[in-house]
Amino acid sequence: MLDIGLGHYLSVAAILFAIGMAGIFLNRKNVIVILMSIELMLLAVNINLVAFSQFLGDLTGQVFAFMVLTVAAAEAAIGLAILVAFFRNRGDIAVDDANLMKN
Amino acid sequence: MIGAIAFYTFAGAAVICGFMVIAARNPVHSVLFLISAFLSVAGLFVLMGAEYLAMLLVVVYVGAVAVLFLFVVMMLDVDFVEMKQGFLQYMPIGFALAALVVIELMMVVAVWAFPSEAEVARAHPVPTAGQTVSDPNGPTNIEALGLVLYTDYIYLFQIAGMVLLVAMIGAIVLTFRTREGIKKQDPAEQVARGRDVELVDIQSGQGLS
Repeated sequence: MLDIGLGHYLSVAAILFAIGMAGIFLNRKNVIVILMSIELMLLAVNINLVAFSQFLGDLTGQVFAFMVLTVAAAEAAIGLAILVAFFRNRGDIAVDDANLMKN
Repeated sequence: MIGAIAFYTFAGAAVICGFMVIAARNPVHSVLFLISAFLSVAGLFVLMGAEYLAMLLVVVYVGAVAVLFLFVVMMLDVDFVEMKQGFLQYMPIGFALAALVVIELMMVVAVWAFPSEAEVARAHPVPTAGQTVSDPNGPTNIEALGLVLYTDYIYLFQIAGMVLLVAMIGAIVLTFRTREGIKKQDPAEQVARGRDVELVDIQSGQGLS
Protein backbone atom coordinates (compact mmCIF):
# COMPACT_ATOMS: atom_id res chain seq x y z
CA MET A 1 0.00 0.00 0.00
CA LEU A 2 2.78 2.42 0.87
CA ASP A 3 5.05 1.17 -1.89
CA ILE A 4 3.86 3.12 -4.92
CA GLY A 5 4.33 1.11 -8.10
CA LEU A 6 3.21 1.11 -11.68
CA GLY A 7 -0.15 -0.38 -10.78
CA HIS A 8 -1.09 2.61 -8.65
CA TYR A 9 -0.56 5.05 -11.49
CA LEU A 10 -2.38 2.80 -13.95
CA SER A 11 -5.33 2.65 -11.54
CA VAL A 12 -5.54 6.43 -11.29
CA ALA A 13 -5.41 6.65 -15.09
CA ALA A 14 -8.15 4.00 -15.40
CA ILE A 15 -10.44 5.87 -13.01
CA LEU A 16 -9.85 9.21 -14.76
CA PHE A 17 -10.55 7.60 -18.13
CA ALA A 18 -13.80 6.12 -16.86
CA ILE A 19 -14.83 9.50 -15.41
CA GLY A 20 -14.21 11.11 -18.78
CA MET A 21 -16.30 8.43 -20.46
CA ALA A 22 -19.15 8.86 -17.99
CA GLY A 23 -18.96 12.62 -18.57
CA ILE A 24 -19.72 12.19 -22.25
CA PHE A 25 -22.82 10.16 -21.36
CA LEU A 26 -24.05 12.45 -18.60
CA ASN A 27 -23.67 15.80 -20.37
CA ARG A 28 -25.01 14.91 -23.77
CA LYS A 29 -26.36 18.39 -24.39
CA ASN A 30 -23.41 20.46 -23.31
CA VAL A 31 -20.62 20.32 -25.89
CA ILE A 32 -18.22 22.24 -23.68
CA VAL A 33 -18.36 19.60 -20.96
CA ILE A 34 -18.04 16.87 -23.60
CA LEU A 35 -14.85 18.54 -24.84
CA MET A 36 -13.59 18.75 -21.26
CA SER A 37 -14.37 15.05 -20.78
CA ILE A 38 -12.31 14.25 -23.87
CA GLU A 39 -9.46 16.27 -22.38
CA LEU A 40 -9.75 14.19 -19.20
CA MET A 41 -9.57 10.95 -21.18
CA LEU A 42 -6.49 12.17 -23.07
CA LEU A 43 -4.94 13.10 -19.73
CA ALA A 44 -5.54 9.57 -18.44
CA VAL A 45 -3.81 8.18 -21.53
CA ASN A 46 -0.90 10.52 -20.86
CA ILE A 47 -0.59 9.21 -17.30
CA ASN A 48 -0.41 5.66 -18.70
CA LEU A 49 2.26 6.60 -21.23
CA VAL A 50 4.42 8.41 -18.70
CA ALA A 51 4.01 5.68 -16.06
CA PHE A 52 5.09 2.93 -18.45
CA SER A 53 7.93 5.09 -19.72
CA GLN A 54 9.29 5.78 -16.24
CA PHE A 55 8.90 2.30 -14.82
CA LEU A 56 10.51 0.69 -17.85
CA GLY A 57 13.24 3.30 -18.18
CA ASP A 58 12.37 3.98 -21.81
CA LEU A 59 11.95 7.57 -22.98
CA THR A 60 9.78 6.76 -26.01
CA GLY A 61 6.63 6.86 -23.92
CA GLN A 62 7.32 10.44 -22.86
CA VAL A 63 7.92 11.50 -26.45
CA PHE A 64 4.54 10.07 -27.36
CA ALA A 65 2.92 11.72 -24.36
CA PHE A 66 4.32 14.95 -25.78
CA MET A 67 2.62 14.20 -29.11
CA VAL A 68 -0.67 13.40 -27.39
CA LEU A 69 -0.42 16.73 -25.58
CA THR A 70 0.12 18.56 -28.88
CA VAL A 71 -2.79 16.87 -30.58
CA ALA A 72 -5.02 17.46 -27.56
CA ALA A 73 -4.20 21.18 -27.59
CA ALA A 74 -4.93 21.38 -31.33
CA GLU A 75 -8.16 19.46 -30.85
CA ALA A 76 -9.30 21.78 -28.08
CA ALA A 77 -8.59 24.86 -30.21
CA ILE A 78 -10.42 23.49 -33.26
CA GLY A 79 -13.29 22.11 -31.19
CA LEU A 80 -13.89 25.41 -29.44
CA ALA A 81 -13.63 27.30 -32.74
CA ILE A 82 -16.29 25.03 -34.26
CA LEU A 83 -18.38 25.58 -31.14
CA VAL A 84 -18.14 29.37 -31.47
CA ALA A 85 -19.04 29.20 -35.18
CA PHE A 86 -21.98 26.90 -34.35
CA PHE A 87 -23.17 29.26 -31.65
CA ARG A 88 -23.06 32.22 -34.07
CA ASN A 89 -25.20 30.36 -36.55
CA ARG A 90 -27.70 28.76 -34.20
CA GLY A 91 -27.79 30.95 -31.11
CA ASP A 92 -27.31 27.99 -28.77
CA ILE A 93 -24.99 25.02 -28.42
CA ALA A 94 -27.47 22.17 -27.97
CA VAL A 95 -25.86 19.39 -29.97
CA ASP A 96 -28.91 17.17 -30.04
CA ASP A 97 -30.70 19.58 -32.43
CA ALA A 98 -27.64 19.79 -34.67
CA ASN A 99 -29.26 18.02 -37.59
CA LEU A 100 -28.99 20.66 -40.31
CA MET A 101 -27.22 18.24 -42.63
CA LYS A 102 -29.87 15.54 -42.15
CA ASN A 103 -32.93 17.61 -43.01
CA MET B 1 6.37 7.25 3.15
CA ILE B 2 6.29 10.88 2.05
CA GLY B 3 6.16 9.67 -1.54
CA ALA B 4 3.10 7.57 -0.72
CA ILE B 5 1.35 10.47 1.03
CA ALA B 6 2.10 12.75 -1.92
CA PHE B 7 0.86 10.13 -4.38
CA TYR B 8 -2.42 9.58 -2.59
CA THR B 9 -2.96 13.32 -2.18
CA PHE B 10 -2.39 14.08 -5.84
CA ALA B 11 -4.25 10.98 -7.05
CA GLY B 12 -7.22 11.68 -4.81
CA ALA B 13 -7.30 15.32 -5.85
CA ALA B 14 -7.11 14.35 -9.53
CA VAL B 15 -9.97 11.85 -9.25
CA ILE B 16 -12.20 14.14 -7.18
CA CYS B 17 -11.59 17.12 -9.45
CA GLY B 18 -12.15 14.92 -12.51
CA PHE B 19 -15.46 13.83 -11.08
CA MET B 20 -16.45 17.42 -10.31
CA VAL B 21 -15.68 18.39 -13.91
CA ILE B 22 -18.56 16.25 -15.11
CA ALA B 23 -20.81 16.81 -12.09
CA ALA B 24 -20.59 20.59 -11.58
CA ARG B 25 -23.71 22.55 -12.49
CA ASN B 26 -21.90 25.62 -13.70
CA PRO B 27 -19.49 25.10 -16.64
CA VAL B 28 -17.17 27.78 -15.25
CA HIS B 29 -16.77 25.59 -12.16
CA SER B 30 -16.17 22.64 -14.48
CA VAL B 31 -13.30 24.49 -16.14
CA LEU B 32 -11.81 25.44 -12.79
CA PHE B 33 -12.01 21.83 -11.61
CA LEU B 34 -10.38 20.78 -14.90
CA ILE B 35 -7.49 23.16 -14.17
CA SER B 36 -7.20 21.67 -10.68
CA ALA B 37 -7.22 18.12 -12.08
CA PHE B 38 -4.45 19.05 -14.53
CA LEU B 39 -2.37 20.52 -11.72
CA SER B 40 -2.82 17.35 -9.65
CA VAL B 41 -1.74 15.18 -12.57
CA ALA B 42 1.26 17.46 -13.07
CA GLY B 43 2.11 16.63 -9.45
CA LEU B 44 1.82 12.91 -10.26
CA PHE B 45 4.18 13.42 -13.21
CA VAL B 46 6.73 15.08 -10.92
CA LEU B 47 6.41 12.13 -8.52
CA MET B 48 7.13 9.76 -11.38
CA GLY B 49 10.18 11.80 -12.39
CA ALA B 50 8.81 13.21 -15.64
CA GLU B 51 9.47 16.84 -14.72
CA TYR B 52 9.48 18.20 -18.25
CA LEU B 53 6.05 16.81 -19.09
CA ALA B 54 4.74 18.08 -15.77
CA MET B 55 5.85 21.62 -16.59
CA LEU B 56 4.51 21.24 -20.13
CA LEU B 57 1.16 20.18 -18.71
CA VAL B 58 1.03 23.24 -16.48
CA VAL B 59 2.06 25.62 -19.27
CA VAL B 60 0.00 24.15 -22.11
CA TYR B 61 -3.12 22.99 -20.30
CA VAL B 62 -3.48 25.32 -17.35
CA GLY B 63 -2.00 28.29 -19.21
CA ALA B 64 -3.56 27.87 -22.61
CA VAL B 65 -6.24 25.22 -23.08
CA ALA B 66 -8.09 25.79 -19.82
CA VAL B 67 -8.07 29.56 -20.31
CA LEU B 68 -9.41 29.00 -23.83
CA PHE B 69 -12.25 26.94 -22.35
CA LEU B 70 -12.89 29.66 -19.79
CA PHE B 71 -13.08 32.32 -22.51
CA VAL B 72 -15.51 30.31 -24.60
CA VAL B 73 -17.71 29.44 -21.62
CA MET B 74 -17.94 33.11 -20.67
CA MET B 75 -18.38 34.28 -24.27
CA LEU B 76 -21.34 32.05 -25.10
CA ASP B 77 -24.61 33.35 -23.77
CA VAL B 78 -26.29 30.03 -23.07
CA ASP B 79 -28.66 28.84 -20.39
CA PHE B 80 -26.47 26.16 -18.87
CA VAL B 81 -29.00 25.06 -16.27
CA GLU B 82 -31.34 23.95 -19.01
CA MET B 83 -28.45 21.99 -20.51
CA LYS B 84 -28.22 19.88 -17.38
CA GLN B 85 -31.56 18.17 -18.02
CA GLY B 86 -31.10 14.58 -19.10
CA PHE B 87 -28.33 14.24 -16.54
CA LEU B 88 -30.37 11.98 -14.28
CA GLN B 89 -31.82 10.12 -17.21
CA TYR B 90 -28.41 9.05 -18.47
CA MET B 91 -26.85 8.62 -15.03
CA PRO B 92 -27.46 4.86 -14.63
CA ILE B 93 -26.04 3.87 -17.99
CA GLY B 94 -23.20 6.35 -17.74
CA PHE B 95 -22.01 5.15 -14.36
CA ALA B 96 -22.61 1.49 -15.27
CA LEU B 97 -20.37 1.83 -18.31
CA ALA B 98 -17.76 3.73 -16.31
CA ALA B 99 -17.75 1.05 -13.60
CA LEU B 100 -17.40 -1.62 -16.28
CA VAL B 101 -14.41 0.13 -17.82
CA VAL B 102 -12.77 0.61 -14.41
CA ILE B 103 -13.26 -3.09 -13.55
CA GLU B 104 -11.85 -4.20 -16.88
CA LEU B 105 -8.82 -1.96 -16.64
CA MET B 106 -8.22 -3.00 -13.02
CA MET B 107 -8.21 -6.64 -14.09
CA VAL B 108 -5.55 -5.76 -16.66
CA VAL B 109 -3.50 -3.90 -14.03
CA ALA B 110 -3.78 -6.77 -11.55
CA VAL B 111 -2.41 -9.54 -13.76
CA TRP B 112 -0.09 -7.56 -15.99
CA ALA B 113 3.72 -7.64 -15.74
CA PHE B 114 6.69 -6.55 -17.81
CA PRO B 115 8.10 -9.47 -19.83
CA SER B 116 11.60 -10.47 -18.90
CA GLU B 117 13.06 -9.32 -22.22
CA ALA B 118 11.46 -5.85 -21.93
CA GLU B 119 14.63 -4.37 -20.43
CA VAL B 120 16.66 -5.34 -23.46
CA ALA B 121 14.00 -4.34 -25.97
CA ARG B 122 13.86 -0.71 -24.83
CA ALA B 123 13.96 1.61 -27.84
CA HIS B 124 15.46 4.61 -26.01
CA PRO B 125 16.78 3.73 -22.57
CA VAL B 126 17.20 6.65 -20.22
CA PRO B 127 20.90 7.59 -20.54
CA THR B 128 22.97 6.92 -17.45
CA ALA B 129 25.77 8.92 -15.87
CA GLY B 130 28.63 9.81 -18.18
CA GLN B 131 26.59 9.54 -21.36
CA THR B 132 25.59 13.19 -21.52
CA VAL B 133 27.48 16.43 -21.54
CA SER B 134 26.56 18.23 -18.39
CA ASP B 135 25.48 16.03 -15.52
CA PRO B 136 27.99 13.82 -13.69
CA ASN B 137 25.22 12.09 -11.73
CA GLY B 138 23.14 11.16 -14.74
CA PRO B 139 21.11 13.40 -17.03
CA THR B 140 18.05 15.31 -16.00
CA ASN B 141 14.71 14.33 -17.45
CA ILE B 142 14.57 17.29 -19.84
CA GLU B 143 18.11 16.69 -21.07
CA ALA B 144 17.46 13.00 -21.74
CA LEU B 145 14.22 13.88 -23.51
CA GLY B 146 15.93 16.52 -25.64
CA LEU B 147 18.59 14.04 -26.71
CA VAL B 148 15.87 11.77 -28.09
CA LEU B 149 13.35 14.31 -29.32
CA TYR B 150 15.65 16.33 -31.55
CA THR B 151 17.46 13.35 -33.04
CA ASP B 152 15.44 10.17 -33.47
CA TYR B 153 12.03 11.82 -33.32
CA ILE B 154 12.82 14.97 -35.28
CA TYR B 155 10.17 14.21 -37.91
CA LEU B 156 7.58 13.62 -35.22
CA PHE B 157 8.60 16.92 -33.66
CA GLN B 158 8.20 18.76 -36.97
CA ILE B 159 4.83 17.11 -37.57
CA ALA B 160 3.72 18.28 -34.12
CA GLY B 161 4.61 21.81 -35.18
CA MET B 162 2.64 21.41 -38.40
CA VAL B 163 -0.36 20.09 -36.47
CA LEU B 164 -0.30 23.16 -34.26
CA LEU B 165 0.06 25.46 -37.28
CA VAL B 166 -2.90 23.84 -39.03
CA ALA B 167 -4.94 24.03 -35.83
CA MET B 168 -4.12 27.73 -35.47
CA ILE B 169 -5.06 28.54 -39.07
CA GLY B 170 -8.17 26.40 -38.79
CA ALA B 171 -9.34 28.11 -35.63
CA ILE B 172 -8.79 31.56 -37.17
CA VAL B 173 -10.60 30.65 -40.39
CA LEU B 174 -13.52 29.12 -38.49
CA THR B 175 -14.10 32.10 -36.24
CA PHE B 176 -13.14 34.92 -38.62
CA ARG B 177 -15.97 37.12 -39.83
CA THR B 178 -16.13 40.39 -41.72
CA ARG B 179 -18.44 42.74 -39.91
CA GLU B 180 -20.71 45.21 -41.67
CA GLY B 181 -20.93 48.89 -40.84
CA ILE B 182 -17.47 49.42 -39.45
CA LYS B 183 -15.59 52.57 -40.52
CA LYS B 184 -12.11 51.63 -41.58
CA GLN B 185 -9.36 53.49 -43.37
CA ASP B 186 -8.89 52.34 -46.96
CA PRO B 187 -5.47 53.58 -48.11
CA ALA B 188 -5.95 52.40 -51.70
CA GLU B 189 -9.09 54.47 -52.09
CA GLN B 190 -7.41 57.48 -50.55
CA VAL B 191 -4.45 57.29 -52.91
CA ALA B 192 -6.63 56.65 -55.97
CA ARG B 193 -8.73 59.71 -55.23
CA GLY B 194 -8.36 62.18 -58.13
CA ARG B 195 -7.65 65.87 -58.01
CA ASP B 196 -11.34 66.72 -57.62
CA VAL B 197 -10.67 68.68 -54.48
CA GLU B 198 -12.78 71.79 -54.06
CA LEU B 199 -11.00 74.71 -52.44
CA VAL B 200 -13.28 76.94 -50.44
CA ASP B 201 -12.28 80.36 -49.28
CA ILE B 202 -13.80 80.63 -45.83
CA GLN B 203 -14.71 84.03 -44.60
CA SER B 204 -13.35 84.94 -41.26
CA GLY B 205 -15.86 84.53 -38.44
CA GLN B 206 -18.47 82.75 -40.59
CA GLY B 207 -17.25 79.23 -40.99
CA LEU B 208 -18.49 76.74 -43.52
CA SER B 209 -22.22 76.38 -43.30
